[in-house]
Amino acid sequence: MKSFLYRNPTRTSWAEDFSFLNKSSKDKSDNEIDNKESLRIKKSYLKVSDLNLYINKTHILKNVNLEIPDKKITCIIGPSGCGKSTLLKTFNRLIDDTEGVKYEGSIWVDDTDIFDKKTEITDIRKKMGLLSQRPCPLPMSIFDNIAFGCKMHGERNRKKLNQIVEEQLKAVGLWEEVKDRLNTPASKLSIGQQQRLCLARGLAVEPEFILADEATSALDPISSKHIEELFVELKQDYAIILVTHTLRQALRIADHVIFMYLGEVIEAGPADEIFNNPKQELTRKYLEGAFS
Amino acid sequence: MRFKFIEEKIAKVLMISASVVVFAFVVNIIYTIFRRGFPALNWAMISQIPAGGYYNGGGGGILNAIVGSLYIVLGSTILGLLISIPVVFYLNVYLKKDSKLAYVARLAFDVLFGIPSIVYGAFAFSIMIYLGMHTSLGGGILVITLLVIPIFIRSMDEVAQHLPKDLLDATYALGATKLETIKVVLRQIAPGIATATLLSVGRAIGDAAGVMFTAGFTDSIPTSLSRPAATLPLSVFFQLSSPNAEVQDRAYSAALILIFIVLVISVGGRLITNHFSKHKI
Repeated sequence: MKSFLYRNPTRTSWAEDFSFLNKSSKDKSDNEIDNKESLRIKKSYLKVSDLNLYINKTHILKNVNLEIPDKKITCIIGPSGCGKSTLLKTFNRLIDDTEGVKYEGSIWVDDTDIFDKKTEITDIRKKMGLLSQRPCPLPMSIFDNIAFGCKMHGERNRKKLNQIVEEQLKAVGLWEEVKDRLNTPASKLSIGQQQRLCLARGLAVEPEFILADEATSALDPISSKHIEELFVELKQDYAIILVTHTLRQALRIADHVIFMYLGEVIEAGPADEIFNNPKQELTRKYLEGAFS
Repeated sequence: MRFKFIEEKIAKVLMISASVVVFAFVVNIIYTIFRRGFPALNWAMISQIPAGGYYNGGGGGILNAIVGSLYIVLGSTILGLLISIPVVFYLNVYLKKDSKLAYVARLAFDVLFGIPSIVYGAFAFSIMIYLGMHTSLGGGILVITLLVIPIFIRSMDEVAQHLPKDLLDATYALGATKLETIKVVLRQIAPGIATATLLSVGRAIGDAAGVMFTAGFTDSIPTSLSRPAATLPLSVFFQLSSPNAEVQDRAYSAALILIFIVLVISVGGRLITNHFSKHKI
């Protein structure tokens, strides 16, 4: 089984990924460089601690503790109904709209606890670009789809908006395809194009994370490959969290893997470690296809 | 022949005959109105207010009723939209799916939907007497607004209930507050709003009982909200009650004008709807 597993040759060690967390251990000059760097490239940080989530007294997420590495693709895998999507929805608190939901514990995004009463929920959501299973363009033109978020956050300058739209469409490789019909309804695009548009729409509000809930499962193989390639490209600038049902996809693009089963995180770690050398019996069985 | 083919044939015949019956009624109504109303129709009908003795065969027209009806329809449609859009938005975006309040509210609107307009008229009339108001254009607009609000809300709500959850989630994920989703929601339910508007315009312009007490009837064109206003259905009613055959024919002309206005609004509405629903996903 090992032979076909994907290995990321550029991987740095796990400790290095989180070196920014224990700045105190570094000497001062090092720290200054770090600060300068953080001004240039902002590090994003997401940590879940002791998260328990109930919906109508059903215990959905059980004692979840994790950290999401920055500038990497994190895949959450596990059988259906294990709480992957719920966990993802908790990250941007879309879960709040569910009837009877109750949570304990905390999720830290950068330096704020997202469950804190003082936290503005819109600020949290702005930091998390969401890509849903089926592409869901807003009922407006292609241009307005991308400009909507920026306008909402106060950008009124037409020139700036034009620039943002062009930039984001280029980032998802859609510019050449749609540049002559920016004012046509977004619903006229093919489903694969729509999904890329949704990605661009999310990127336009300058998030730090990209949450993708089985974002390729409704797409044809070519569009799906396109999205995967985009993820690999985008991980230079964003932390990407991907819920996926297809193990192959996780094998192809994951840098970090979280395996969940019945609402618990069974194992989390770098992709090659999990795929090649799972510590838990359950993970090994799942990877071998004993259940799905 | 096998039984199920006979069954199929019978069902088909029944369906066709039902459609024919409905269509025949429509054709018959339009034919009758045309036959009696068209010869009596002249330019004076739609360009003049009634002269003295109009209801006994004198000269003049029904411009007062045309203008009065259009005022009332316009006023009540605008007021109705202003009141019902926030209600629909609140029911579908703010309240959760199984909210008790939403259930009670929807039930209430269903009940209001079924209340005959004469009851609204009588209700508004008693309030007007209490406030010492006379019959007026403003009163007519208010009572017709009451009448169309349930139509607006129920038909928009029907569309808004199918608002995709993903669409709201996608908007929230961009950092939108619930209020900021209104732009997205309105565009998505635009066809529903248009249908609701057409339905209520039809009901508002055709209503006679509600405006009888509240807007009254007059031979002049209302110059302010506190003046009484004539309406087309009442104009038809008063002319049709005349023993004079010539005046009765004029009632049919008035009905013809009424139908024409509704037709223009419907076709115009459809065109506008198509324009606005092009973005719907």
